[in-house]
Amino acid sequence: MVNDDPHQTDDPAPFLRMRGIVKTFPGARALAGVDLDVRPGEVHCLLGQNGAGKSTLIKVLAGAHQPDEGEIEIDGEIVTLPTPVAALRRGVATMYQELDVVDGLTVAENVFLGHELASAGLTRRGELRARTAELLARLGHPEIRPGREVGSLSAAGKQVVSMARALSRGARVIVMDEPSAVLDTEEVDNLFRVVAELTAAGVAVVYISHRLEEIRRIGHRITVLKDGRTVATGLDVHATPTTELIRLMTGRDVERVFPDRPSTTVEGAPVLEVSDLALHGVFDGIDLTIRPGEVVGLAGLVGSGRSEILETIYGARRATRGTVRVDGRPLRRGSVRRAVAAGIGLCPEERKSQGLLLDEPVYRNITLSTFALSARAGFLDERAERSQARAQIDDLELRPADPERDARTLSGGNQQKILLGRWLLHGCRVLLLDEPTRGVDVGARAEIYALVRRLTAQGTAVLVVSSEIEEVLGLADRVLVLAEGRVVHTGPAAEIDEHRVLDLVMEGSAA
Amino acid sequence: MSPSTSSPAATAPAGVPAPMATKKRRSPFAGAAGRNAGLVVAFALLCVVGFVTGGERFASVSNLLTVLSLASVIGVLSIGMTFVITTGGIDLSVGAVMGLASVWATTLATQQMAMDTHWSVMVLTALAVGLVAGLVNGALVAYGKVVAFITTLAMMAAARGLAEMISNRQTQRVRVKPFLDFFGSDVLGVPMLVWIFALVSAAGWILLNRTTFGRRTVAVGGNPEAARLAGIDVRRHTMYVYGLAGLTAGIGAVMMLVRTTAGTSTHGSMYELDAIAAVVVGGTLLIGGRGTIVGTVLGVLIFTTLTNVFTLNNLSTSAQAVAKGVIIVAAVLLQQHLARRSRSTT
Repeated sequence: MVNDDPHQTDDPAPFLRMRGIVKTFPGARALAGVDLDVRPGEVHCLLGQNGAGKSTLIKVLAGAHQPDEGEIEIDGEIVTLPTPVAALRRGVATMYQELDVVDGLTVAENVFLGHELASAGLTRRGELRARTAELLARLGHPEIRPGREVGSLSAAGKQVVSMARALSRGARVIVMDEPSAVLDTEEVDNLFRVVAELTAAGVAVVYISHRLEEIRRIGHRITVLKDGRTVATGLDVHATPTTELIRLMTGRDVERVFPDRPSTTVEGAPVLEVSDLALHGVFDGIDLTIRPGEVVGLAGLVGSGRSEILETIYGARRATRGTVRVDGRPLRRGSVRRAVAAGIGLCPEERKSQGLLLDEPVYRNITLSTFALSARAGFLDERAERSQARAQIDDLELRPADPERDARTLSGGNQQKILLGRWLLHGCRVLLLDEPTRGVDVGARAEIYALVRRLTAQGTAVLVVSSEIEEVLGLADRVLVLAEGRVVHTGPAAEIDEHRVLDLVMEGSAA
Repeated sequence: MSPSTSSPAATAPAGVPAPMATKKRRSPFAGAAGRNAGLVVAFALLCVVGFVTGGERFASVSNLLTVLSLASVIGVLSIGMTFVITTGGIDLSVGAVMGLASVWATTLATQQMAMDTHWSVMVLTALAVGLVAGLVNGALVAYGKVVAFITTLAMMAAARGLAEMISNRQTQRVRVKPFLDFFGSDVLGVPMLVWIFALVSAAGWILLNRTTFGRRTVAVGGNPEAARLAGIDVRRHTMYVYGLAGLTAGIGAVMMLVRTTAGTSTHGSMYELDAIAAVVVGGTLLIGGRGTIVGTVLGVLIFTTLTNVFTLNNLSTSAQAVAKGVIIVAAVLLQQHLARRSRSTT
């Protein structure tokens, strides 16, 4: 192996090294300088909150995104990874969360997908299966038959197939994106055994997980990402205290500006009352009330059911049990139209796929919930729509202030303002905000926070979900902490801090 | 309508390249106006070829009216198809539904009732058959969650079969004279069928660009999830759109009865493919979210003029089919190119 780096004398030479990786998307800088080096045979853990840039980094490594700046070095050689196939050739394999196996093909066919063993165009089935069996045995799963259809395997089984595929390609680094998220405890043990086998054979694993206890079990070194930058790298898994890791993950370069909470206590009849709401297999027994002018926050990990609770209140999912009342009147289950008519508005988690018509002009996106109200006998009043949209654009300081521009061309923060403008125009009693500042830059965040407070000053009730606990605590008056679809803590936001919430969700979910 | 209300999708009624599109769009080819300009150029080239090869035989009023008459039935179907495709769907059944409606409107019972009361009974029968078939399609797609391709393929087979059962595979002559007289007449020297095509096109344009129905159609096709979360009843609207396509098939059936003076189960065979081709060539996106009535009308005219030019030059229908295939592929390649470009700016 070539190693001409003078700084790496004691430690084994890294197989993979990334330096100063920058990746910018229109309106958002996903990576602003990431450094990472991975040594052969180690489990290198990547930590960071949602939006820290982990997914983008993985895609850069997998050859799916091209970095704007920075260099990638593999085996001491500076390389570019223009395509996923190029990355595989260089020995970098990626296991995405949503596993890229083909359900309709057999295990063996999946393992050798894209580089089938063939002679004269005919696949050599026997050899294919023999070599697949060999790889599966090496991974400690000889019980998976190569001829079995992948669709019939459990999530854990599919992961093993995905890893066998990586090995069949001669992978030297396998990137695993939250592999344990879809597994139960026993399967997680299995996964860890496989990871141990891989590293013993000299394969490096880049392991991404929110669960600190897992990282402690299998990891060797840790790199922490925050706001698209590496804030710490090469930390020893066992020597670094949890408090330090959490501080690194949440510590901020830019002070967030949360508006002051109003000093008066909120009173008045509840605007939103949710009682005993349940969605089968996702969450259960959710009770919550929001009074006029109150902001309630839901804190919890991905998979805790936070977004699903909002969507169920909104009627986008049909509750299996429980009622939702707005101003005392119960809503029909599973009807978005009734919820909207009753005065609920939702700014969804995935703005682009759930909120916007990207190729339609801004003004039509703002009036998407109201165009029928301003129409006369079914005929649109585009003049009224334009002036209504214009008023929202001015009020929200949308940039650029051009109602005719396609929504696609706006930055994340301004796209979020379009959605807020839509509900402001509609006039809503209850606003549900799902990840209101994901992909939004710091300046626009402050504007959005201020806007939420302006709304509550007018008596709107707000329910906010965010994976950034800091945001939930800063914005909300009252916080509900969720773990595994249940509320594990309720209390004023001012009386709880981020560490306590993280303790509750991370340890509360294990207990 | 004031000039200030013209939108990117609406700048096209005159079919001219709109200079105002330059500020809003990065590329002159990305906008509906720009794409229509391309179609106008293609259409003009075709006319030049027609004039050079056919001379007076091509560039005459009577030939123009012939082209428009030929275009009328496919044209009406294509207007309904434009709405379906704008929602991201497809309707393979319009040709067969047209055949069924033509048969149903010319059964002995229907024609007897028409003679006893008024010829419009035949028209209403055809429209009702088309509308109901379309709503059944729509209900299956929207509420039954059956893929549109399969739903309408099934409707295509079933409607054709039902038409054969009703007609016993016989040609049913239209005996209601006032019906033929009314629709066979000329108004201001232009055949009634051409007027119907023009009226349906104008109504379709207004519906798509100026009404809540059209706005919902674009929203449902552009992003069904966003439309649903904004409070639009996506399923109900989807059903209505297929109903509309069925209704245009009913109108097409009436026109076919006039042109052939008979109803048969074979009417409208393969028309669905011609309609889809015209819509796609016109620039309506197959993935939904963007539809253009002007483009569709130009697409229909291009195909019909092509047929006319080939016929005037005594070229075989086989050569015609090849030319048609080339045009379709070229148009779809252009569409994909444009779609890729707009995606890459995300």
